[in-house]
Amino acid sequence: MIKFINVDKEYENGVKALSNINLSIEKGDFVFLVGPSGAGKSTLIKLILKEENPSSGRIYLNNKDITKVKNRKIPYIRRNVGVVFQDFRLLPNKTVYENVAFAMEIIGAHPKEIRRNVPMVLSMVNLSQKADCYPDQLSGGEHQRVAIARAIVNNPPILIADEPTGNLDPETAWGIMKLLRDINRRGTTILMATHAKDIVDAMQKRVIEIEKGMIVRDEEKGVYEHEV
Amino acid sequence: MWRNKGMGLASITSITAVLVILGLVFIMILSLNNLVVDTKDKFDEIQVFLYDSATDEQIEAIESKLEKQEGVSSVVFQSKDEALNKMKEDWGDEAYLLEGLENNPLPNTIIVKLKDIEYADSIANSIDGLDGIEEIQYNQDIVKKLILVANYVKTGGMFIVSVLILVSIFIISNTIKLTVTARKREINIMKYVGATNGYIRGPFIIEGILFGLIGAGLSIAIVYYGYEYFFNAVNDRLYVLFTIYLVPPAVLLKDILTIFISIGAGIGALGSLISLRKFLNV
Repeated sequence: MIKFINVDKEYENGVKALSNINLSIEKGDFVFLVGPSGAGKSTLIKLILKEENPSSGRIYLNNKDITKVKNRKIPYIRRNVGVVFQDFRLLPNKTVYENVAFAMEIIGAHPKEIRRNVPMVLSMVNLSQKADCYPDQLSGGEHQRVAIARAIVNNPPILIADEPTGNLDPETAWGIMKLLRDINRRGTTILMATHAKDIVDAMQKRVIEIEKGMIVRDEEKGVYEHEV
Repeated sequence: MWRNKGMGLASITSITAVLVILGLVFIMILSLNNLVVDTKDKFDEIQVFLYDSATDEQIEAIESKLEKQEGVSSVVFQSKDEALNKMKEDWGDEAYLLEGLENNPLPNTIIVKLKDIEYADSIANSIDGLDGIEEIQYNQDIVKKLILVANYVKTGGMFIVSVLILVSIFIISNTIKLTVTARKREINIMKYVGATNGYIRGPFIIEGILFGLIGAGLSIAIVYYGYEYFFNAVNDRLYVLFTIYLVPPAVLLKDILTIFISIGAGIGALGSLISLRKFLNV
């Protein structure tokens, strides 16, 4: 589903963000991406989202080589990848319903489909009763659930979460993790970058650790860090 | 979109200004063109003044030589009487002044109509020196100078207008920048969710075109009604002075409408596109 082959990323100012990244994530995997700040987690995600291009190497998404793709095709790649951010990134002038519907409007979905799918996905994240609220009326956890709803409403095969629990209290954070686990169980591949040690340790999923731009650990049923 | 009323006004004002100046230049060029054509008509002849003593054979010799020249459209003999009558007609109300003349001072003339004033020189040279000719008169100089002036105005005008159009586009692209940066977050989110650039650009381009159309509307009103006022005030007097008419406003309206609307909308759309590309990489 996601493959990195000999990927390097060096910025113009000489900073080497990633070196020799080789990884393979299969369909249905749940993978934690851990490592200190500045290690390269965000860069790796940017490469998947085509915000940046690798200096060398290949990246495969859904068995397609996205390294060679033209700029105008980028939106279409992104439609296959749901994204959830630490700062939620909802549109402030749209209601919960409209925020989620937006993701469908953009790809030109039929209004009937939108009317059917949005409520369904909102109930999945337990926010049906807040459909007409505006973001400034929501709590942090609710924000993130809307963001998740938006990310999955088009049924993307991959969901990327960049520190999704960073701004949430532990209990709310767990609510979000349960949601993500459910989504993963339904078949969506999930890659989640995080600093949340407790969550990683408890979930017992595959852990890829990045340090100074290189993968130093990749283990199934891993923990956040090994005690020395 | 209407958050930036001030800047929106600046954009509309600049487009209006450009178009009004464009309109004035346009009218000037058209009027000068008219003048040139008119003048060419009036000056597209050579007048060969004959001595009263010229014999019929001499006159015939001149006429036949002329008829053979390239560029001659017609060769017509005009007697002094005919000439005087024509002048009385032309002078209209003031013709009574000519009544008191004892002798007709006007000469017999051969009027040579030219296909193009280009030929004037060669045709005049061809009969140079023939007997019976008092003077050969043609007004090449004036027409040439007029055409030169018209060309300068045309070039100068076009240059000024082009510069103004560029300035306008710049102003608009900066105005739209405000809207764009205000909605930067939104646009970013749209990109992540997978919206194509076209989808994102749409509203901004419409905003730009709207500015353009409003500016066009304003400038059309200003130019049309302004010119109409000027026309009515001045046109009659102008004829007495220069024997020409200004181009009437109604004739211009259709052209002004098409040109202003397309340039206005064009500046607006282009300004938006440039702004989006520059400030957002969209």
